Amino acid sequence: MKIKRLLPPLFVILGVALLTAIASSTAVREEQAVTMPASMDEFSAAVQAVDDELQRRWEEQGLSPAPAADDLQVLRRLSLALHGTIPSLEEIRLFEADERSDRLSRWTAMMLDDTRFSDYFAERLARSFVGVEEGQFVIFRRDRFTHWLREQLRPSAPEERRPYDAIVRDMIAGRGVWTGKGQVNFLTAGFANDDFDENKLTARTVRAFLGQRIDCAQCHDHPYDTWTQDQFEGLAAHYGQVGLTLAGLQDEPGHLFDLPSESASLLVDGDVTEELRQTFREHDHNLRKFAAIKVVRDDSLWLFKDSDESAEGLEPHYIARRTPDGLSVSSSEGEYLVEDRETLEQRLIDPAVPFHSEWLGTEGSRRDRLAVWVTHPKNKRFERAIANRVWGLLFGRPFLSDRHVDDLPSPEQEEYADDTRVLDILGRDFREHNCDLRRLIQVITATRSFRMDSIATTDDSYEIDAARQSWAVFPITRRRPEQVVGAILQANSIKTIDQNSHLFVRFRRFISEQEFVNEYGDLGENELEDRAGTISQALLRMNGKFAREMTSEEAFSAPGRIAGYSSTPEKLLENCFLACLTRRPTPEESAHFLPQLQGEEGHQKGVVQDIYWALFNSPEF
Amino acid sequence: MNSLFSQDISRREALRLASGLGVSFLLPGLDLRAAEQRGTERPRSLITLWMAGGPSQLETWDPHPESKHGGPTRAIATTNPDLQIAHHLPQMAEQMHNLSVIRSLVSKEGDHERGTYFVQTGYRPETTVVHPSLGSILASQRPDDNVEIPMHVSLATGDGFVVPRGGYLGDEYDAFRIYDPGRNIRNMRQSVNDERQERRLTNLEVVSRTFRKGRERQVDDTLHQHVIERALTMMTSEQLKAFEIENEPKAVVDRYGDSRFGRGCLVARRLVQQGVRSIQVVLQGFDTHANNFEGHEIQCAQLDPAFAALVQDLEEHDLLQSTIVLCIGEFGRTPKINPLDGRDHWPQGFSCVVGGGGLRSGVIIGTTDPDRGAQEQNKPSTSHTGPHDPIQVPDLYATILTQMNVAPEEEIITPIGRPIALCEGTPIERLLG
Repeated sequence: MKIKRLLPPLFVILGVALLTAIASSTAVREEQAVTMPASMDEFSAAVQAVDDELQRRWEEQGLSPAPAADDLQVLRRLSLALHGTIPSLEEIRLFEADERSDRLSRWTAMMLDDTRFSDYFAERLARSFVGVEEGQFVIFRRDRFTHWLREQLRPSAPEERRPYDAIVRDMIAGRGVWTGKGQVNFLTAGFANDDFDENKLTARTVRAFLGQRIDCAQCHDHPYDTWTQDQFEGLAAHYGQVGLTLAGLQDEPGHLFDLPSESASLLVDGDVTEELRQTFREHDHNLRKFAAIKVVRDDSLWLFKDSDESAEGLEPHYIARRTPDGLSVSSSEGEYLVEDRETLEQRLIDPAVPFHSEWLGTEGSRRDRLAVWVTHPKNKRFERAIANRVWGLLFGRPFLSDRHVDDLPSPEQEEYADDTRVLDILGRDFREHNCDLRRLIQVITATRSFRMDSIATTDDSYEIDAARQSWAVFPITRRRPEQVVGAILQANSIKTIDQNSHLFVRFRRFISEQEFVNEYGDLGENELEDRAGTISQALLRMNGKFAREMTSEEAFSAPGRIAGYSSTPEKLLENCFLACLTRRPTPEESAHFLPQLQGEEGHQKGVVQDIYWALFNSPEF
Repeated sequence: MNSLFSQDISRREALRLASGLGVSFLLPGLDLRAAEQRGTERPRSLITLWMAGGPSQLETWDPHPESKHGGPTRAIATTNPDLQIAHHLPQMAEQMHNLSVIRSLVSKEGDHERGTYFVQTGYRPETTVVHPSLGSILASQRPDDNVEIPMHVSLATGDGFVVPRGGYLGDEYDAFRIYDPGRNIRNMRQSVNDERQERRLTNLEVVSRTFRKGRERQVDDTLHQHVIERALTMMTSEQLKAFEIENEPKAVVDRYGDSRFGRGCLVARRLVQQGVRSIQVVLQGFDTHANNFEGHEIQCAQLDPAFAALVQDLEEHDLLQSTIVLCIGEFGRTPKINPLDGRDHWPQGFSCVVGGGGLRSGVIIGTTDPDRGAQEQNKPSTSHTGPHDPIQVPDLYATILTQMNVAPEEEIITPIGRPIALCEGTPIERLLG
């Protein structure tokens, strides 16, 4: 009887123990269903198209491409580009156990399905959309923006993925409160000196989404390109109605009321007549009875200024336009006025686009219409821009590596057709696949260039430069700060640090990353610029708190654990190299390091730590 | 070391040996280290006391007790008979004959980040290009091979609004930052004993060599090795001692005041002695939107002793003739006192103090009218009358650059292909010595 009563709880305990054992013995990553491209043939064709185009270029320039890189090195590149860190020892073991011929493509897909990808890539892309400054906290919340962007990038099932063009339209046309609707922060980031800065938003829109720089046209016509100041202002006028209300960011209603054509005769230069004031007051009760009003005339439109104190310092109030039926009066809040830099007079700018106005949307606000134009399927700049940026994030430098990532030539410029052909191939595939960012990444990372060694086939300086320009060798670039700290933290742990890690580990990663990036210096939205390191950075890597902590031989750190479980000095050295550099030591390196780990010296404190230190500070790390 | 002129021999050793052997004439063109030069012969340096947050001109260099917007701040006489400053700065009152005051600086940037950018670079923020700060311009245009520590240093920095950047000149000109000057020299010392450091460096050489093999050109382009070598040079340099204040007499340390800012000013003087070109010392906490008067009393209690001690100390070490000292923040504060007893941001008529380095002293430029300012405060900035005799920040910088033998109009081709002048201002003749 007694035993029978004890059985149920005993089963529960046994059951739990069994389940835990199963759960802990199953490597979660080992046999995950990964989201591979639907049609592999078609996918391979897309990759081949890029490879063929580059091959053509190499032949034309007489370049011989670098040989294929070792699979482990490609895995390291993928991990740094998609997760901002290096593979853990645990991942390396699993990868090496995977003997399928397409393991790199499978692992790419698996990494894209990992939430570390959406977290990391959202931050990278956010830099081009809203920069890195925290800005005016009250109406700009960068954390809400990146959170929103992460959510957009997260779904992995192809049918649930959000197309990139839809994400962009959400940003340009967003409205509401910035804390609830993350995308609105794209617009509130453009708030400076107590006002929305249409110029900043316009420059940002063209740079981030169209990959071009028209900022200089803000003050004068672009010196080298075809952009004019008029074009800039016309684009900026699309943001002219953005305003703050109790319901968050909204477009100010431009139009106020209409007046019959007789009223037009009342409009003369100078002070307004009493009659006109009365007419206006009938329609707008907010207009004060004794407001000083002045009419500034400019052909068919009139600018009314209003002030409470004196005739000086009048502020724009109404805009009246002549229409076939009379006058259409709108509030200056809903219009885009620009002070002329030369004459200091105010000019009214109507929204316009520099080319193909037929692409503009036909419905909604000015911003809704602009959003459709920017992402229009025929607007080649749009897909080129994202292809170039994603290429840059994967390789460390943009496809057109001698230009800024957001300074692409115009599609009309025939002389650049050869240079940009790869971007167009990638762009077309991107459009044909529902503007799917993951697909774009999969295609680029499967190209021959991405899987190539960084050792050039020549030692001729000129040819190396040419090979780098044409992607005939994998480029060596400086790691970005978040990659440096991500790699240091991962190398210090045998298990993968991801969403399955203990909360404490993840918290520590978060704090360490913030602190390190702050001290290391952050290039912000210019992170794809090629810059040399600084002395402060070298000092931080060699002597900083992170280097000290991370190379400690505590029982729980990787150096400590590796030293603990590696059966032989050879194994120990191999594990250190794999954990830090994702490769095994060369014979020359073994000859140097092994004596340190053998015999008397091997038991000295700090030997493993000093190996780790050297690996952290090497140019390869 | 097989020959006196072998490459292994350091410049300093060569100089020492050569002078010992009486063959110093064999070493032409080797100028003396800055540390060995005095007075006007020394290459000039710049110390900027950065008043982060925007100090109130009314509570510092431009008091107006007669105005209803002057608040409780009194004006006191100084060693310059024509100048009165706020009563919060009694020690500085004794030094004003050495310095000049500009009371009419104007800027269009009323936001901390943008204002800081503007006042540190002389250019308004743009999206296409990052302009270099004044300190980086000086470090890049007036290099000195004898200095093994960074030529551009920022002391007592916090998270701040903007760190002085090298901008288009390159990250290597970013200010080298020290959070707590004189206290702990962060990251500048090796963390293990010499024997282990030796082992670490040998290890590093071995792994670096493997990676470099076949990738020589690509790896060298990253300057990785070069930067590590420079960092190691600095770690073992005697000049690093300039960052320490342990050996300074207690009386000297006390005179500067026991604060991060005070110690920063002392370290700044020591860095100038070593020939460091540009040093910024930051005093945070001027953003007094509430309790402005109490706030400035606290701020000035740090500023006054440190600034006065610095000027006096530079003079005693015969360094004032070769060191320009500038005290400035991103903007001033409104004449109107807000309901919280605070003052808000005011870029239209704020003050700075500048002097030393051979600049003319005792000059007072510009006047402000807080009553009119208060009246116009809520109107659009374009309709403001502004101060009398307004001075543009770029003009101030053109003055400093000229005095430090850098041509402000010199154009640099920026990474975006557009040539930009180092500074767009015109030197203020009244200040040039």
